[in-house]
Amino acid sequence: MIQLNMIKSWFKSGVPWIWFNAAAVSLCLIMVITVLGLVAVRGVAHFWPSQVVQFNYQEDSGKLKTIIGELVDKTITPALMAKASGHKMADDEDTLVQYLIKTGNRDVTGADFRWIEERNVKQRNYPDNLMVVERREWGNFYGKLVAVKENGKIIAEGDGAWPVALEKLDAALAVFAEIGHLEKKEIGAVNYGLERLRLKQKSLQLKNRWDAEAEKENALEKAAYEGQYKQYQAQLGELYQKVRRDSLVAKIDSGSELEISLSKIVRIYQPNSMGLFDKIAHYGSKFIEFLADDPREANTEGGIFPAIFGTIMMVIMMSIIVTPFGVIAAVYLREYAKQGFITRLIRIAVNNLAGVPSIVYGVFGLGFFVYILGGNIDQLFFPEAAPAPVYGTPGLLWASITLALLTLPVVIVSTEEGLARIPKSIREGSLALGATKLETLWLTVLPMASPAMMTGLILAVARAAGEVAPLMLVGVVKLAPTLPLDGNFPFLHLDRKFMHLGFHIYDVGFQSPNVEAARPLVYATSLLLVVVILGLNLTAIIIRNHLREKYRALEG
Amino acid sequence: MSEINKHTKYPSVMEKSSSKYFQQWRLIKDSIARYGVVAGGMGVIVAVVMIFFYLLYVVFPLFLPANAEPVSVYNVPEQALGKTLLLEMEEQNEVGARFTDSGQVVFFEATTGKTILSKSVAIPEGARVVSFSQGSPINEGAVIYGLSDGRAVIVKHQYKVTYPDNVRLITPSLEYPLGEQALVLDDSGAPVELIAAQVGDDVTTIVAKTASKILLTSFEKEQSLFAEESSLKRTDAALNLPVEGVADMLVDKEGRNLYIVSGSGRLAFYDISDKSAPALKQAQNVVEAGQKITSVSFLNGDLSLMIGDSSGLVSQWTMVRDSLNRPALQKIRAFKVSDKAIIAIKGEQRRKGFLTVDAAGNIGIYHSTSEKKLIEEHVDDSLVSVALVPRANGLLMQSGDGKMHFWRVANEHPEVSFKSLWQSVWYESYPKPDYIWQSSASNNDFEPKYSLVPLVFGTLKAAFYAMLVAMPLALMGAIYTAYFMAPTMRQYVKPTIEIMGALPTVILGFLAGLWLAPFMEEHLAGLFAFLLIVPIAVMLFAYCWQFLPKAMLEKVPEGCDAALLIPVIILGGWFAFSVSVPLEAWMFHGTLRDWFKSELGIGYDQRNALVVGVAMGFAVIPTIFSIAEDAIFSVPKHLTVGSLALGATPWQTMSKIVLLTASPGIFSAVMIGFGRAVGETMIVLMATGNTPVMDLSLFQGMRTLAANIAVEMPESEVDSTHYRVLFLAALVLFAFTFVFNTLAEVIRQRLREKYSSL
Repeated sequence: MIQLNMIKSWFKSGVPWIWFNAAAVSLCLIMVITVLGLVAVRGVAHFWPSQVVQFNYQEDSGKLKTIIGELVDKTITPALMAKASGHKMADDEDTLVQYLIKTGNRDVTGADFRWIEERNVKQRNYPDNLMVVERREWGNFYGKLVAVKENGKIIAEGDGAWPVALEKLDAALAVFAEIGHLEKKEIGAVNYGLERLRLKQKSLQLKNRWDAEAEKENALEKAAYEGQYKQYQAQLGELYQKVRRDSLVAKIDSGSELEISLSKIVRIYQPNSMGLFDKIAHYGSKFIEFLADDPREANTEGGIFPAIFGTIMMVIMMSIIVTPFGVIAAVYLREYAKQGFITRLIRIAVNNLAGVPSIVYGVFGLGFFVYILGGNIDQLFFPEAAPAPVYGTPGLLWASITLALLTLPVVIVSTEEGLARIPKSIREGSLALGATKLETLWLTVLPMASPAMMTGLILAVARAAGEVAPLMLVGVVKLAPTLPLDGNFPFLHLDRKFMHLGFHIYDVGFQSPNVEAARPLVYATSLLLVVVILGLNLTAIIIRNHLREKYRALEG
Repeated sequence: MSEINKHTKYPSVMEKSSSKYFQQWRLIKDSIARYGVVAGGMGVIVAVVMIFFYLLYVVFPLFLPANAEPVSVYNVPEQALGKTLLLEMEEQNEVGARFTDSGQVVFFEATTGKTILSKSVAIPEGARVVSFSQGSPINEGAVIYGLSDGRAVIVKHQYKVTYPDNVRLITPSLEYPLGEQALVLDDSGAPVELIAAQVGDDVTTIVAKTASKILLTSFEKEQSLFAEESSLKRTDAALNLPVEGVADMLVDKEGRNLYIVSGSGRLAFYDISDKSAPALKQAQNVVEAGQKITSVSFLNGDLSLMIGDSSGLVSQWTMVRDSLNRPALQKIRAFKVSDKAIIAIKGEQRRKGFLTVDAAGNIGIYHSTSEKKLIEEHVDDSLVSVALVPRANGLLMQSGDGKMHFWRVANEHPEVSFKSLWQSVWYESYPKPDYIWQSSASNNDFEPKYSLVPLVFGTLKAAFYAMLVAMPLALMGAIYTAYFMAPTMRQYVKPTIEIMGALPTVILGFLAGLWLAPFMEEHLAGLFAFLLIVPIAVMLFAYCWQFLPKAMLEKVPEGCDAALLIPVIILGGWFAFSVSVPLEAWMFHGTLRDWFKSELGIGYDQRNALVVGVAMGFAVIPTIFSIAEDAIFSVPKHLTVGSLALGATPWQTMSKIVLLTASPGIFSAVMIGFGRAVGETMIVLMATGNTPVMDLSLFQGMRTLAANIAVEMPESEVDSTHYRVLFLAALVLFAFTFVFNTLAEVIRQRLREKYSSL
């Protein structure tokens, strides 16, 4: 009875509600940490070379089989549920343990993954000579190296094959780098030049200035480009021949042999025989590939360089646009406007800009910027390109402007806060010395508020880097053939479509044909994005706190 | 002039201050800057207003009325060549065609009536045209002549567009898809009184009525292996229907259904998929007693019949599967078009609109799905024949006094009306009126279904579940953080939770779709156990806490309860998830998911409202938390201190004083959070199945307005109805969040004033 009364009075005092409220905070914190931890762990683990296991496995038919692959996942199902989902369970079995194995060799088996049951695993070992081959197509290959061939002739076999294979691959990769350079840079430039010539011709024709002289000039330039092209083509042919000459012969788990041309290989390694330092080196090289290389296999493998580059380009463009407008609006609100109806109206507008769903910006950007502004620009300045649009189609410029509009309130709010913190005495001092309002602003107030602007800009950048929905409408694509910045005049191509980290995550995680295989890469991309955005936000918070301290000192 | 001034960063103004121009220049600069800054400040308002008005500008044409206006009137071309059986026009609105009862086809310029070409159809010697009809599908341009000797001829009119000298030239021609030789339908040579045909690439089906019987004949093209020529395989059958009173016959474009209309108002529907054995499926009266069927036509797609009667009513009948899954004709709507009899109905060739002509020479254009009357005009006292251009932007009409009238029609968006957007609509082939969003399909004769209701429903459902997760957590967290938490801890906790809001939603969506959804599917019972066990664990822990020795209690600083609870919640959660598996097996004989399905009939989608609720709740928490926390934290201290001094407990002070004072701020926090949940795109896009279903179930997905825009906008054709409807969806979103945000901001501004006055 006493106990009950105590509980009653305890509830009456309200203490339990306080505890409940505390629990809500704890739960929020746990959620944040879980999400960040999940992304961090999965993202970091992506590059680590995992062991390759060789199972002796008894199939349901009773046949013994060798399965080679990486262990990806493990599930434990209680017997009752396993029975319910159609597995045969013996009476003495409590649980059904299953493994998800990445077996690779999609070209042979048709699938990258398979589930196996632990109870049917007869033996499990980690032979040193198991080899992983990262290929340009068909995903990973798992197997054992048998021989290395040159021009169809075996040049190394057995234990001696591995160093030869490594050496040959290095040579092949060097050639491949050359091919990449030729195809992307040189031939890309030739194609770009030819396209410019075509447009120039059309433009002259439109202006009725296409005469014999222009024609001759055009033909000359064209011939020069074509000559160059032929030369590059010949070089390419030679290089391709060189790179296709060598191949590896490897044995897969079913025992059959497969020949893989070196031109199809990106990397080979034997994870089971790697020491810790080898693994760290491997990790490093994978990480660099991730940051600096182009994607392969519909974005599910390789690097994400174009996405990083596109995101950065877009963010820089956006910053250039948003900063002046945001700062001017904030200066108006703090320095020029009389606090009253108008400022209230502007604050409501700012809040609305911040609260309008981002997809609405996308719709607005697509309709207004792309079709109306872009369409008119095309008609006025690029009649020769018609009917192909230049600016009348989603692209970098429109994406940047749309996001500038979206992040405008962030800059305004932050700058305004910074301006509000500057003591009045400083402005009055400057005015008293005879400076005009503009001079006061330009020479004293704005420099003092610059860290606040910086904070706003950083927050805007963080917001823009993570925003995807509007970009899907105004310029992001899953695979852009060219970067928006390259060596061809005028170097910065604002009309081009670009790739973006956030969209990359959406696209690879949800639109790719092989989601399971792509998932680790998506985690790695997510981690990169999260690190960048949290880093930016933390920087902004630190600057802001620092600023507060500084002005507190000024005021005091 | 001191030397120092020359070395400073900013050159002294003193140096030039003597110059009058310089002084003026300073002032000019100052005022230019002033205008610039004012303009910049106003720019923000302009931006918001511009977004709104631009969206409105794109949406507006949806609600513009259609109009039709006469372009030219001229004498019927080549009147001597016979009476008009049919008028046609090609899609560029340039060339008209007049099919006469003497077997002539006159092509003429639509605007002037100048004859371009006059051609006679290969009617065999000695035969007369006694019946005539358009072959279906209508857009293929085939017509069939029934002759007085029991034969028939099929002709196609075609138009070739070329651009000599960059000017469009349209050349009309005639073609015989089954050869110039007339087809013998009735061996006895009886005149074909009525005829209907379906002309396809491989199979052509002809229905012919003679004085004594109705014949069904089909010709199948058979490509022989060696010869270039293909031969025709013929199937014959007769319909067991009395021929008396048959007024019209229609074959659909698949050649599968045959409709026979009797003047008395009876409609018989035959299944003719098997050409050798036509089967009567249904016969019923389709007009009011005493009325007569005066015209019948297919609507585009040949899924519905528009039946016009002598009272001026046009009703739409479509094939619906009844409870026994038998196809049956069902009347789904009716239009009161006129008081006079409807003498002709023409379906548009690309949309579900139709043109009506009544006996008094009035025309009307209607749209079936939106039930809109678009155009009603009086043309002449009587109309003989009308043609509607394939693009439905022109009309060609022949009046009883031998004149041809050419009109232009502007009717861009007939599909949209208030009803078609917001009310339930009875779509073709659906058993009952329903709310459906289905904007496009691969084929041309698809009926677009633009009901925004399922999308708005999905949006509110997603936002509701998100708020269900976010509101308690965020508000309780805000109360604790602002009022009870130790300041040192608050310094770290607040930014941490706010940083949640900085996480890109695409990452939250990705985790929700690919990690949380499968996890929940597997641990559904664990989740419910979590909701049950964790509060109990917290409660137990809190209750026992007070009995710990004083020395220990004093070591823990006040206001750090949250930190103490982290291990409790983790342990409780772990316990909940681990105990749920055996519990589930024991209580529900398998998984909870299956149990829901088998016992309660609740289906489980992997990507469902629960997943969205948690993921979007996560995204909304920081928004609500931050604003609510600010509101609570800035409640003036003298209020709380006074309350405590009067003997109230901290919780009483909190609930009676602080919450009441801060309630407008909390309200605005919730509204801004709700606004964010409504507009969130990526999370719902990735964490739901994106099917526009209307189902309140926690375990079903949804499609929201925002996700719908993201999915469909890139594929929609600029300025099409679909494009504008998507803009309308954006406008709805904009208006919705505008109201919420404005209200929230006004409340916050008021609150700020109140605090400063306290």
